[in-house]
Amino acid sequence: MLWACILFPHLGIDSVLRRHPTPGDPLALIGGPFQRRELVAINRAAADAGLRPGMRLAAAQAIAPGVAMVEHDPTQEALWQQFLAAWAYRFSSQVWAGWPNAVVLEVQGSFSLIGQWPSFQAQLREDLTALGFRHRIALAPTAAGARVLAGVEDGLAVLTHAQLRTTLARVPVRRACLPNQAGPKMHGMGVRHLRQVFELPRDALRRRFGVEVLCALDGMLGDAPELLECYRPPDVFDLRIELSYEVEHHQALLFPVRRMTADLAAYLAGRDGGVQQFTLKLEHEGIAPTDVEIGLLAAERDPAMLFDLTRSRLERAQIPKPIVALRLVARNLPPFIPSGRDLFDERPEHAVPWEQLRERLRARLGNEAVYELAPTIDPRPENAWGKAQGPIARAPDVPSRPTWLLPRPVPLRDYRISILAGPERLETGWWDGEDARRDYYVLETSQGQRAWAFCPVDEQGPWMLHGWFA
Amino acid sequence: MGQVLALSDLLDARRVWRGRPVAPPPSAQPTGHPLLDAALPLGGWPEHALTELLLPADGVGELDLLIPTLVRLTTAGAHVALIAPPYIPYAPAWQVRGVDLSRLHVMDAQPKQALWAFEQTLRSGACAAVLGWPNKVDHHGLRRLQVAADAGHALGFVLRDRKHAEEASPAALRLELDRDRQVRVRKCRGGPTPTSAFAIASLH
Repeated sequence: MLWACILFPHLGIDSVLRRHPTPGDPLALIGGPFQRRELVAINRAAADAGLRPGMRLAAAQAIAPGVAMVEHDPTQEALWQQFLAAWAYRFSSQVWAGWPNAVVLEVQGSFSLIGQWPSFQAQLREDLTALGFRHRIALAPTAAGARVLAGVEDGLAVLTHAQLRTTLARVPVRRACLPNQAGPKMHGMGVRHLRQVFELPRDALRRRFGVEVLCALDGMLGDAPELLECYRPPDVFDLRIELSYEVEHHQALLFPVRRMTADLAAYLAGRDGGVQQFTLKLEHEGIAPTDVEIGLLAAERDPAMLFDLTRSRLERAQIPKPIVALRLVARNLPPFIPSGRDLFDERPEHAVPWEQLRERLRARLGNEAVYELAPTIDPRPENAWGKAQGPIARAPDVPSRPTWLLPRPVPLRDYRISILAGPERLETGWWDGEDARRDYYVLETSQGQRAWAFCPVDEQGPWMLHGWFA
Repeated sequence: MGQVLALSDLLDARRVWRGRPVAPPPSAQPTGHPLLDAALPLGGWPEHALTELLLPADGVGELDLLIPTLVRLTTAGAHVALIAPPYIPYAPAWQVRGVDLSRLHVMDAQPKQALWAFEQTLRSGACAAVLGWPNKVDHHGLRRLQVAADAGHALGFVLRDRKHAEEASPAALRLELDRDRQVRVRKCRGGPTPTSAFAIASLH
């Protein structure tokens, strides 16, 4: 197995910048306790203005007054990490996003599909650049090894365990991602590189730094199996973006909406699915959000198409109050069927089998709304049919029956009725308390309709209409 | 320009090319009623298109008109869908008339959803024929259905009240049913509209 680790050193600021309309302007993420606000991360323009991460907020405002400040939100970072795991899922079925700011994926199994490592890596980088995330990638036979290498140098690729051991031996202990703060501690003791750690007696290591450090070293080298819980994509896409200012016009929403639909498309590609219906919620201050429903004729996942559709719906939506946040929710994610077809297939290009159409209809109309009919052996007309379950049997032969049946008989108010046929007497149902004693007639109404109506035995009227010979 | 010319003179002088209408290919979907087939220019239902049936009331023979087609399609293995029928399709009667019930699918839906389901089913190409009873569909909606039937290569049947007869309709064939179980063609694509009425053969 070969593991690729993608490290996102600037995940927090990238996730803010990528949906910022002017990413070139100086911007800083601020965090920390209320009395002691400080810069958590900054973009390049802010760095050029003289700001540094860790700087106090007051100092930063004194140095560069025009810098945009965005509140740092660690939960947002976790969400974006999950999003990136969903994106990575299209390259490999084994994806792990348990380490902060990192996504690990097994790539060897996908080489035959996507290509050898150089082209694979190029594709990963191209996608991430398009998504707007700065990244570092390394390849190693173990996931932990790949993570350490990605932290040291971008683009390292190590293919064998022996090579991995020699490469890791040169890594400084402080950058080896060891648990329990073991890295700085070892550095303080004069242990500078992992080579020296590998040479230390294991027993002493365990006593001084805990068994976790030993496990981390074994996992890194491949001496112990790594237990990673693989990522499983969620079944609902739900993305929320808080705008840094209030928006009153559609035009200003287009940039974040384009990003959101592109993210949706990336997520759908990862699970090889499409979307047929999704909702864009425009959130306002104080009142319920405005929902913009976007429905498609078929499951799609093309980012440009999704954006165009969303834009056209958005332009028609009324905006009652300024918008403070956007949320895109897609719950119904049917499988995506690319339009491929047989050369000699005479069916239309986008034809779907009945079973698939049925699922689509059931999803919207309800599970019970699509059914087949079957006759039953009950002689009472209202019980002589049912929804089919399993194979459909033949009905017993009966005199002519109408093609339409009314859900329940209704009085037939018509004074110019002529009797065409009848009576057919029905006297049954004594076994379940719903006795029926009726004389059925075929009537013609003044409207020219053929009615199937009954009346009490031995009478002719009042008529109860029970069906139409349509 | 600006000169007034009598059309008949132009035609007599043979300076106007009058075009030669190409006869559309005959339909592969006979209605099952020989008289009607013979009168329709295409010899059957218009394929990949919408057919509109205008009814004075329910129960005047609309299903007698359609059931031979449904029997032919379902016994050949094709799927047929009924979108939100106004009454319960009475299974024993449909079976006695020869419809293969395992190929006949019924959908219950609210009017707005029904229109959506109608369009989806027509467009999907999964069903050979789709019957619907859209009550409040406008010209735009019918046009969508017509396009969907064309896209899905399906026979679409719209059953509506006769009061809509005066409205323009994009349906390829419009039939009006009478109280005395007679069918009149109001509009048909592909040739002159037959003027005489036809009796629907009763199936019971």
